[in-house]
Amino acid sequence: MTKSNPILEVNNLLASTEDLPILKGVSITVYPGEIHAIMGRNGCGKSTLSKIIAGHPSYNITEGEINFLGKNINSLEPEERAQSGIFLGFQYPIEIPGVSNLEFLRVSTNARRKFLKKEELDTFDFEDLVKEKLEIVKMDSAFLSRSVNQGFSGGEKKRNEILQMALLEPKIAILDETDSGLDIDALRIVASGIKQIANNKTGIILITHYQRLLDEIKPDYVHVMSDGQIIKTGGSNLALELEKKGYEWTDNFIKEK
Amino acid sequence: MVNENLVKEVVKEPYKYGFVTDIETEKISKGLNEDIIRLISTKKEEPEYLLSFRLNAFKKWQQMKEPNWAELGYDKINYQDIIYYSAPKQKEKISSLDEVDPKLLETFDKLGIPLTEQKKLTNVAVDAVFDSVSIATTFREELAEHGVIFCSISEAVKNHSDLIEKYLGSVVPATDNYFAALNSAVFSDGSFVYIPKGVTCPMDLSSYFRINSGDSGQFERTLIIAEESSSVSYLEGCTAPMFDTNTLHAAVVELIALDDASIKYSTVQNWYAGNEEGVGGIFNFVTKRGKCLGNRSKISWSQVETGSAITWKYPSCLLLGEESIGEFYSVALTNNLQQADTGTKMIHIGPKTKSTIVSKGISAGNSKNSYRGLVKMGTKAIGAKNYSQCDSMLIGDQASANTFPYITSQQQNSEIEHEASTCRISEDQLFYLQSRGIEFEEAVSMMVSGFCRDVFNQLPMEFAAEADKLLALKLEGSVG
Repeated sequence: MTKSNPILEVNNLLASTEDLPILKGVSITVYPGEIHAIMGRNGCGKSTLSKIIAGHPSYNITEGEINFLGKNINSLEPEERAQSGIFLGFQYPIEIPGVSNLEFLRVSTNARRKFLKKEELDTFDFEDLVKEKLEIVKMDSAFLSRSVNQGFSGGEKKRNEILQMALLEPKIAILDETDSGLDIDALRIVASGIKQIANNKTGIILITHYQRLLDEIKPDYVHVMSDGQIIKTGGSNLALELEKKGYEWTDNFIKEK
Repeated sequence: MVNENLVKEVVKEPYKYGFVTDIETEKISKGLNEDIIRLISTKKEEPEYLLSFRLNAFKKWQQMKEPNWAELGYDKINYQDIIYYSAPKQKEKISSLDEVDPKLLETFDKLGIPLTEQKKLTNVAVDAVFDSVSIATTFREELAEHGVIFCSISEAVKNHSDLIEKYLGSVVPATDNYFAALNSAVFSDGSFVYIPKGVTCPMDLSSYFRINSGDSGQFERTLIIAEESSSVSYLEGCTAPMFDTNTLHAAVVELIALDDASIKYSTVQNWYAGNEEGVGGIFNFVTKRGKCLGNRSKISWSQVETGSAITWKYPSCLLLGEESIGEFYSVALTNNLQQADTGTKMIHIGPKTKSTIVSKGISAGNSKNSYRGLVKMGTKAIGAKNYSQCDSMLIGDQASANTFPYITSQQQNSEIEHEASTCRISEDQLFYLQSRGIEFEEAVSMMVSGFCRDVFNQLPMEFAAEADKLLALKLEGSVG
């Protein structure tokens, strides 16, 4: 099988926050159409990796590089990364009081469209588009008039993240524990949303603790992280084995390394 | 901490109203004494009662002490170093706008307030005040057809002396406070509005105050009277050039609403705020008060305060009439070294009176922003109600925000509700918006306008859009 060019290439990434090293040499490459899962204990650096790829200002890259569509993006601002097609689904979506969800979604969608040299949408056209996308996550349009994530339940917040993903049509989506705090019905909705948005041109990285999301969305690769490094990579079976044996089992891999 | 480098890169938008109009002015000599007051009164050809109003105020002022309870930090004002009357030289009697000095027309053009017949704003009548005098008022004839009087207060003194004598100082007495007394002694011009019984003013009225001269103060006085069952919406805007000295602005505004009348008074205050080091800027000490004299009358203040080195103002309502309503909606934004101490007083005197206070303070840079408000229920305020909501937003870690609510009730059968909150724009909120492709600056201004939404909704539409833009402009480069 000949592979096209990778969407995302993280090469030997070292990063720290306030001089505390968090990532200690992470490499991961995502090709179009691939779904990767990253698993690992709390504090192993999974979320940090996702934030660094999205450009969070609290972390410094001390070594290594992040290439997106063949270009080094180490020094790009978060908004530039987002506009060019990197999407981070937040583990804890942030509440923004007073800013209407609809307006937020519109400004954000237009920022991406502008980058793609597509026509920006006015309020009316945007409402048509967003109603269509609401179907994907089975959300009521009443959500649009509320403040961004304010007073949303855990499940509603996560569905709102997937709605944003659907509107922004990213090249790569990194979904940080999108499954946490969801009941089984909400999990199905979110998973089916992700599957509808993903296609053979996009890449997905799922950060998760649990097998149950991976039952819904079967990953091509599973990476296990520990102490700021990827200590093992395998196919979807690795996740199943991990579920059975627990993270203690993976501690041996560190010793092997 | 938040994206420091980016913030530094952001080019600061200069204060775009900071220019000076080069125009020949008639100024009297510096200083304040009885002779100066007599001179101002003579220049304005005032009747005797007004001169004694001024002299009485001056006498009281001399015995008063400059208030310091707001704990604002500023160098002592030398009241003898101020020019109390400064007016552009022009023909004595102007019969039409075409005779106004083109330089003045040009100035107001530049400020976005065209005055000439061809260019004037179509939906709003404007009284343009330049330093100490009103230079033009548009749509006077059209308004007169409805019986509405809209002119400078100097003209009202000449032409509607009965109303002036009856109402001037009836809401804010000459001796009310230090700055009101000063204003009463030396006030030069301002706007006068009279809405007759049963008339809904056919268009918005507005005054635009422009300070041009660096060494003279501006002491305007506005008086609005709404007769029974009438209503009016009044807007005011203010700007000044950038001088490295401080200019004193001490205005008095009085509103009177009779039975079933309603007055909506909106302000966008954008006086020069001084530079980043806090040099220069306007000292804004203003007394604004409305009297709901009639039953079921209503006075609503909305203000967007973004300018001035110091803001000291508390637009208030005296709720005398039964079931009368007072409202105060305020956004006060301070940046760099600005200081604002602003709020309101709702004095419930009549039964079943109602008041609503919504105050949003935003402090950035090293600024200090305080809400100070009084809610008082008098002995006869049976069934009166007040609701207050005071929210503060801090940007950066050097700014300060305070809330000082004063509540007194002499009537058990009344309700007072007070809510307050303080928030900070967090790095996580900014990152969240940025990670959706929204530019840093836009993210900040989105959050700030979101925070002010409740107040902006109260502003006339064009004003709300302007206020939104103004806040975005003022905040540029403030997040760091």
